[in-house]
Amino acid sequence: MSDKVLMKGNEAIAEAAIIAGCRHYFGYPITPQTEVAAYMAKRMPKIGGCFLQAESEIAAINMVYGVASTGKRVMTSSSSPGISLKGEGLSYLAGADLPALVVNVQRGGPGLGGIQPSQSDYFQATRAGGHGDFKMIVLAPASVQEMAELTVKGFELADKYRMTTMLLADGTMGQMMEPVALNDLKVNDSIEKPWATTGTNMEREHNIVNSLFLDPAALEQTNFERFDRYKTIEENEVMYEEYLMDDADIAIAAFGIAARVSKNAIDEARKEGIKVGMIRPITLWPFPVAPFRKAADQVKAMISVELSMGQMIEDVRLATECKIPVTLCNRVGGMIPSPEQVLESIRTTAAKIGGAN
Amino acid sequence: MSTKQFLFSGFGGQGILFAGKFIAYKGLMDGKNVSWLPSYGPEMRGGTASCGVIVGDETVGSPIVSRPDVLVAMNLPSLDKYESTVAPGGIIFVDSTLVSRKVNRTDVTVYPIPATQMASDNKTPTLANMILVGKILKVLNDFDEVSVRTALGKVISAKRADMLEVNLNAMKLGADY
Repeated sequence: MSDKVLMKGNEAIAEAAIIAGCRHYFGYPITPQTEVAAYMAKRMPKIGGCFLQAESEIAAINMVYGVASTGKRVMTSSSSPGISLKGEGLSYLAGADLPALVVNVQRGGPGLGGIQPSQSDYFQATRAGGHGDFKMIVLAPASVQEMAELTVKGFELADKYRMTTMLLADGTMGQMMEPVALNDLKVNDSIEKPWATTGTNMEREHNIVNSLFLDPAALEQTNFERFDRYKTIEENEVMYEEYLMDDADIAIAAFGIAARVSKNAIDEARKEGIKVGMIRPITLWPFPVAPFRKAADQVKAMISVELSMGQMIEDVRLATECKIPVTLCNRVGGMIPSPEQVLESIRTTAAKIGGAN
Repeated sequence: MSTKQFLFSGFGGQGILFAGKFIAYKGLMDGKNVSWLPSYGPEMRGGTASCGVIVGDETVGSPIVSRPDVLVAMNLPSLDKYESTVAPGGIIFVDSTLVSRKVNRTDVTVYPIPATQMASDNKTPTLANMILVGKILKVLNDFDEVSVRTALGKVISAKRADMLEVNLNAMKLGADY
């Protein structure tokens, strides 16, 4: 049995990154993710790594761009408004096909918003991290253990597909402490990086890292190649978890903290005899289309539980091809749906589908 | 009950987060599933602190403590704010040195403990929190010295190992009150 320690989610991300071989961290403080930077500031100097508090989020993401060019594992972290500032850099990383890990511990928005938890950057993470046609692999942890595991996995996926992995957490996940076992983490850092700018030693052609392609035909080609890679990811890297779905008449769709709250509500609803289960996407992109498509032929209704005005619900509707009704159960602005609110939503849905029988 | 929800609340500086962390570690040492979630919002910046701790046999779902089984109120604003949230049949521990009013609820068990005064008399003025924790464990029939020592060893850094006995003594003081 491995030794478990209590750690904040933010600290678990930082330690897991170090375990994954990350020795370069650039960031700028913002609640509720500051502990990532604070942890890195403490640990990096002791292990010969680099911690640098940049003058801004924009500077930090461009420092990430620089280190990523050399093939070293590198990361930055921030919270919602800070991620918006990084948007340009995220697009450049995609345009130059560079691997990096970017952590967003979300808070309520838009604008400066508040500092309490939110999931309202789902669209930003899965659709438009910046300008241009590109994707990021988006991982959504629902426990401190998963924050550590997905950080390690995130670096691996970034290296494997030469792209940014975004770890999409929220204020609750970042601030909470849970037991975590770090010595079980499986690190794969043996991925070859022949494209890295590591010096030619006069033995090969120069590697050039660039996102500028003035010839439209050449630029089109880079887009086509990138999207071929995305297709491979959609086929091979989907992650999700199902909870009590075998006999379910109602399915909840929820990720991160919303899934934790929903689990309480599902357990209560089951005691009342309502057959409700949950599909919890772990990869938000690629979205777990297959389990939702399959569930659409089994359940009579779905409920998307979100800390947003309804963002993932669009992916749920696309995946289920609108075969069944999907309703939204939500709170926003830093508020979190209570298990009672989710339970009420389950009861209402159960009454509706019961009436249709 | 297989799962217990604790809410620790008081002024910043009273060791609210530490007390919660100790209870969480004690649960972990006893093989339970645990979570610990601090307040980090604007109210914290006004000088009040709170943290919710869940200890149970089952996997912890939501880490948010909205209906605590055990409330620890180390100042009046905390009692005012959280008294109504305690689950019926729950327990409220009050630092009666700092909270002058009585608890209004009649469907809960109340333990008023002059923890701040006791800590001061004991020449350990910063350990009112652990006096309360000692009383909590005693009331919950969970004051096992071996697991208490192990958990203290987890929350007190090795550099301050001398503080382990001091904390343990404060807890015993509370347990015997």
